[in-house]
Amino acid sequence: MKVLTVNFLTCAVKTCKTSPEAFPLHFRDAELAQQDLEFNPEFIKNMLLRLDWNAFRVTTSELGFSTIPAEKPEGDALNDETLLRDLHKVLLETQVMEGKLVCGHCAHEYAIKEGIANFLLPNHLV
Amino acid sequence: MSRPEDSLPPDLFYNDLESRKYTTSSRIRNIQASMTNRALELLDLKHPSFILDVGCGSGLSGEILSGVPPEEGGPHEWVGMDISASMLDVALQRDVEGDLFLADIGQGVPFRPGSFDAAISISAIQWLCNAESSDVSPEGRLTRFFGGLYASLRRGGRAVCQFYPKNDAQRMMISAAAVRAGFGAGILEDDPGTKSAKLYLVLTVGGGELESQGGDITGVVKGLNGVDIVDARRKAENARRKEERKGSKAWIMKKKDQLEKKGKIVKPSSKYTGRRRGPKF
Repeated sequence: MKVLTVNFLTCAVKTCKTSPEAFPLHFRDAELAQQDLEFNPEFIKNMLLRLDWNAFRVTTSELGFSTIPAEKPEGDALNDETLLRDLHKVLLETQVMEGKLVCGHCAHEYAIKEGIANFLLPNHLV
Repeated sequence: MSRPEDSLPPDLFYNDLESRKYTTSSRIRNIQASMTNRALELLDLKHPSFILDVGCGSGLSGEILSGVPPEEGGPHEWVGMDISASMLDVALQRDVEGDLFLADIGQGVPFRPGSFDAAISISAIQWLCNAESSDVSPEGRLTRFFGGLYASLRRGGRAVCQFYPKNDAQRMMISAAAVRAGFGAGILEDDPGTKSAKLYLVLTVGGGELESQGGDITGVVKGLNGVDIVDARRKAENARRKEERKGSKAWIMKKKDQLEKKGKIVKPSSKYTGRRRGPKF
């Protein structure tokens, strides 16, 4: 699972829908893998507008990346290719293969196996 | 022809054998590819976008999304949801580019508001019309799905869902649930009346560039060739307007006409017929 996707993922449990702690989900025991993907600056720029930077910093610090700037790049900084390449590397090429995603509100654990997260819930939770 | 929807729930029907058969059959692959291309045409994406693939299966449609050439606005990134573990296993073996989730779309779409530029669904949402246990209902599952989908799309986003309804009741149930969730909904039917008829539910979220073209499917299909627009909605509205209000001049004239035809004595009509009397002192 890509780091980009986690930035949009919330807890699927009904009672967590209104809770601010349900986002972002936190990684536990994450095993990372690197996959080479084609660099697409247009897409990164498009996604940066929608990216929740605080949540992104939380996720990356949990995964052990420390070089993320404190402020979201805006304006001219978006044309800096090295920055976009760095973001591409973290957002798209870094994949979480094994581990768990934990909700900060209800502490539900979503297992990740072979890069696929299991979001199936028992019916009474949705 | 038998419908797989009638035999088993999707997570059991698409077992290892069925999933492999589905993915390797060249006939199914061709149909899926043509439907995905049609859906992409309806989505009309101009930039590399973030797309949700609902019921992605083994990634047959996702492959096409990743393979859109840059001059046509691609390549797109996609996230796929499917309930069948075997299908996702086949997707893993085929090394698709999108992110995969094992999730039941009838339980909602677990993404924060405004996540996706577009959503695509090929031959999946008719499964929502079946409830496998007594504590869920098809209506509830449809409501949760469309509610979640509506929230997770950005303003001005679009979703195209190709589906195979069993009958008209299912077709109505699905489109009504989409409208209730807040979508501007319309159904595009390819090759109507033939055996290979394909239904596309085109959903639009308000706001954005579509607003100037009516904000619904009529704006989406404007540029396409050979599409006849049948707008049942506007016809119903007009019919309601034409019906005379009780007590209006048109209503009085109609009643007088009816009575005259019955042979009753009717006062002659003049320019004063049906007018209000002046205010009383």
